[in-house]
Amino acid sequence: MDAILIQILNGVDKGAAYALIALGLTLVFGTLGIVNFAHGALFMLGAFCSVTFNKLLTLSVKVKDEGVTLFEAFKEEPYLKIWFGDTGLAIIDYSVPLSILMAIPVMILVGYVMERGLIQHFYKRAHADQILVTFGLAIVLQEIVKATFGANPIPQPPPEIVAGSANVGLWLGLGESVVYPWWRLIYLVFSGAVIFAVFAFLQFTTYGMVVRAGMRDRETVGLLGINIEKRFTIVFALAAVVAGVAGVMYTPILPPDFHMGMDFLVLSFVVVVVGGMGSLGGAVAAGFLLGIVQSFASMNEVKEIFPGIDQIIIYLVAVAILLVRPRGLLGRTGVMED
Amino acid sequence: MKKINVNDTTLFLSFAAVILLMPIWLSPFGAAYPDLLQKFAIYGIFAIGFNILFGLTGYLSFGHAAFLGVGSYAAVWSFKLFTMNVLPAVAFGIFFAGLLALAIGFLSLRRSGIYFSILTLAFAQMSYNLAYSVLTPITNGETGLQLTSNDPRWIDAMYKTPEAGLPSTELFGLTMNGYPGFYFCAVILIICFYISLRIFRSPFGLTLRGIKTNQKRMKYTGFNTRPYMLAAFVISGMYAGLAGSLLAITDPLAGAERMQWTASGEVVLMTILGGVGTLVGPMLGAGLIKYFENIFSSFNSGTLHEVFSFLPDGLEVVVVKVTGLFVGSGWHLTLGLLFMIVVIFLPGGIVEGVQKLARLFRPKTDDDPQAPAPQKQAAE
Amino acid sequence: MTDFTKFDRRQVLKFGAAGAATLGAAPLIFSKNAWAETFRNDPGSKKSVTLGFNVPQTGAYADEGADELRAYKLAVKHLNGEGDGGMLNTFTPSTLKGNGILGKKVEFTTGDTQTKSDAARASAKRMIEKDGALMITGGSSSGVAVAVQGLCQESGIIFMAGLTHSNDTTGKDKRRYGFRHFFNAYMSGAALGPVLKKEYGTERRAYHLTADYTWGWTQEESMRKFTEEMGWETVAAVKTPVGAGDFSQYITPVLNSGADVLILNHYGKDMINSLTQAVQFGLRDKQVNGKNFEIVVPLFSRLMAQGAGDNIKGILGSTNWNWSLQDEGSKAFVKSFGAEYGNPPSMAAHTCYVQTLLYANACEQAGTFYPPEVIKSLEGFKFDGMGNGPTEYRAEDHQCFKDVLVVRGKQEPSSQFDLLEVVEVTPRAQVEYDAKIFGGELGPYKV
Repeated sequence: MDAILIQILNGVDKGAAYALIALGLTLVFGTLGIVNFAHGALFMLGAFCSVTFNKLLTLSVKVKDEGVTLFEAFKEEPYLKIWFGDTGLAIIDYSVPLSILMAIPVMILVGYVMERGLIQHFYKRAHADQILVTFGLAIVLQEIVKATFGANPIPQPPPEIVAGSANVGLWLGLGESVVYPWWRLIYLVFSGAVIFAVFAFLQFTTYGMVVRAGMRDRETVGLLGINIEKRFTIVFALAAVVAGVAGVMYTPILPPDFHMGMDFLVLSFVVVVVGGMGSLGGAVAAGFLLGIVQSFASMNEVKEIFPGIDQIIIYLVAVAILLVRPRGLLGRTGVMED
Repeated sequence: MKKINVNDTTLFLSFAAVILLMPIWLSPFGAAYPDLLQKFAIYGIFAIGFNILFGLTGYLSFGHAAFLGVGSYAAVWSFKLFTMNVLPAVAFGIFFAGLLALAIGFLSLRRSGIYFSILTLAFAQMSYNLAYSVLTPITNGETGLQLTSNDPRWIDAMYKTPEAGLPSTELFGLTMNGYPGFYFCAVILIICFYISLRIFRSPFGLTLRGIKTNQKRMKYTGFNTRPYMLAAFVISGMYAGLAGSLLAITDPLAGAERMQWTASGEVVLMTILGGVGTLVGPMLGAGLIKYFENIFSSFNSGTLHEVFSFLPDGLEVVVVKVTGLFVGSGWHLTLGLLFMIVVIFLPGGIVEGVQKLARLFRPKTDDDPQAPAPQKQAAE
Repeated sequence: MTDFTKFDRRQVLKFGAAGAATLGAAPLIFSKNAWAETFRNDPGSKKSVTLGFNVPQTGAYADEGADELRAYKLAVKHLNGEGDGGMLNTFTPSTLKGNGILGKKVEFTTGDTQTKSDAARASAKRMIEKDGALMITGGSSSGVAVAVQGLCQESGIIFMAGLTHSNDTTGKDKRRYGFRHFFNAYMSGAALGPVLKKEYGTERRAYHLTADYTWGWTQEESMRKFTEEMGWETVAAVKTPVGAGDFSQYITPVLNSGADVLILNHYGKDMINSLTQAVQFGLRDKQVNGKNFEIVVPLFSRLMAQGAGDNIKGILGSTNWNWSLQDEGSKAFVKSFGAEYGNPPSMAAHTCYVQTLLYANACEQAGTFYPPEVIKSLEGFKFDGMGNGPTEYRAEDHQCFKDVLVVRGKQEPSSQFDLLEVVEVTPRAQVEYDAKIFGGELGPYKV
């Protein structure tokens, strides 16, 4: 029973992460009609905002390491520690959540530059062209990150206080055996909040209404004298921010490296397509569905019956859903079908 | 369309000549060695086949690497079980890839657009994941399927006693490594190019183009597009299987990573880079990407110093530093930039670039009204 | 639709003739027998020899590859008599004089394996066919090593494997032309077993998470063999997809399985991720069956351990070599590498450096570059002063036998490089095994 419960919790947690990672992608699909293969790279850039922020916080004096005699080695002592002592160390400890403060403006800028400099010229081009140019951009971005930070993953520990596990079972009155990492619970709440905020923005604000109208019929909205282009730029920047903060918050779970964007690219596309192109609700539903299904497929009991099922389950579900529902869970007719 | 026209003949002949003479004209570029030449030809076949689907129908498959992989596995198994002769290997490769393409195509073609792409991607990723892990008895997993000296090779065993060591792949006694391997692939490439040319010019090709332009209207006229789509899908899958079997023929090893989505992505990139829907574009794209992968990645600071040794010392160091970012371990960066530049400035791929150049050099006062039209067709 | 298959007979003839004419004009057709008298890429009277360094420069192992390449370049320097000579001064018995190999200057060519068999073979073929490489070395995974080793056997080029840990490389996929200095999964198990017994006792219940491919399986197999022999029970052994990223769905079942040891048969990014996540799940703070829950990582690499940060502290594993070793050979190498690049060498760098020197020395001893003679001089070669104590290249399977290091993630690292402490140097006799247990055959000397 506990095993099932914890697996459900795990599935929900994974699902929230999938949904958050895919959210920006579906937003850009839905509003701008752009197949953005650089979405994974935006996720990765967000994660490296966290790395950069951490590096800034831990800018250090280099002290010669006397312990190493064979070559010149240096120990590092962060300025923050020298200046503020324990307070400084506490700030460093919170570097991951604090780095969101840096990630948001940086990602807005990245999104703005990317849309104005590149994407806007591709609104009317074939999807194949969009794929190629954004894929090229993704490679360029990841190679720049690799040249700067190296190819190895860089650990980004969560704050000490939430490094361990929470006793979820006790909260629910189920005994002590159901535990779950604090940081993953935080990520779950965070995903929920971001997804809700994006929804609310599009659904309940006039601004969002205009964007949605623009999604349906750009020309008419333009004729009404609304500068839809400008709003699209902002939507793209928003998508970049969502991908970026998703990346920041994911770093304690997955030490970031330059390739993590590519690793998540296929997954996020599957989530978006299963949900239905351009449908936010669909992406969220698909994220949860795939997360839970994957979680259960990985259980030993299931794997004994179907060896290797956990390797293919996501694709299997995707195929099944697309064959039953032509446009994914909640996709609209005619979007990205040609 | 009954007869191949003059321009197509010229196009075909020059294509054949250029391919067969690659060992000569590629040597100044440092690419004239058998393995790379073989890769050019093989990935050329792969891309030309992919273009029959993508270029003509506009359906973007992200799963063609699965067919390439199956072709390779089938070929290696043919070497292991039956004979080192390459012809059965080619036949098995095409056959099994075609079979898989039929199954995947039958299901995937129920959807269009990005939904189709994701379906093909899902099937290919499933094949890759299974080949890498659970199907290891058949695929030998990560290590890849290789020949061993205790393979049965039933047909060969009937005629000759095995020599010490592993046998080589052969075409009735002619071993298929080195230049003979290249010429074998090149001849097949030329045949494939010819078939693709005929498909482009045939009523079948026109039908496919019609589907690309407006599938709905085709359907409204009572035209059932599905069989045509499926035929195109299977043909391009068979091309991929052929390419896969040739990979195994020139180098008898089949690995699962040949089926990974990045491999499927590679052929998409080759085709777009060269020029979607053009006849020679995919070949150009394939050649360019393989050239980058093999030659650019091999430049290190030593080679660069040699190249730029004519520069004054201080400048040389700077130039080597800067170019060093784009070669060796940075060759991916160059590739990424190339994709972006080509697609931003030359939406039609390299072929369009060549056409633009050609137009530039042709005097504007060209009074032969016939000239532009065949030119356009020839480059298609 | 049937039109396109109809060939015009005259045209086919025309094309055929054109094709044949071009074929005639092409360069000479090479055949295998051309090398029957001499051997492939014989440097002959040339003043230099070329070695091929085939390492991952892109992909997940790019940093490891970069470190390997640094080691190779250093080895070339030392062979050519530049720099301080490094291990050339401690390597015995050695006939290396610092004047190249057999008096020929050592040059090299580099390539990118991308950690993919196809790319690695293509790159190796370029080195052989275009650059005239006499020996190929490198690699950062077993799949690639086995693939390139097979190619080298067919081409008659010696392959000195870099980092490859699967039993298969010198087991069922061994080749006459392939040599491995690095240790393997079997040795990891054999070395770790006694230490685990000493540290954690004989009554333990182990849970394995295993990367679902050949290396993972061999690693799991040998860990199970040695832990079960000393009385541990294996609760479950679960295969995880390579590159899964998030391993949480595999870690949650561990919590309530009754296991008190988690063995992570993962390497590289998989190891970093699964370890980081397992620690976040609070496994190491757990008490099960009245014992502290423990995590074991059979194969450690310092470069990769950096990515796991604090999570590796106190975790046991095995490694081929560590820069903190205090023997003369290791010290000479670390000094020379550190002076050149400002950081200590990784174990991948060490094995690559050693392999290059061993090849060079074998040529010197054989007095020729002719591969069958070089191979014979490497087979059964006993040497010392290369950082692992007395070592032997066993003739039966071309595997080096030497002491194995059992290490632990250091609790109080003194610098960013000081991540592992040596717990025990397991003597060679303890990790030795019969070459026959893995099957395979080496194949002929002459190809």
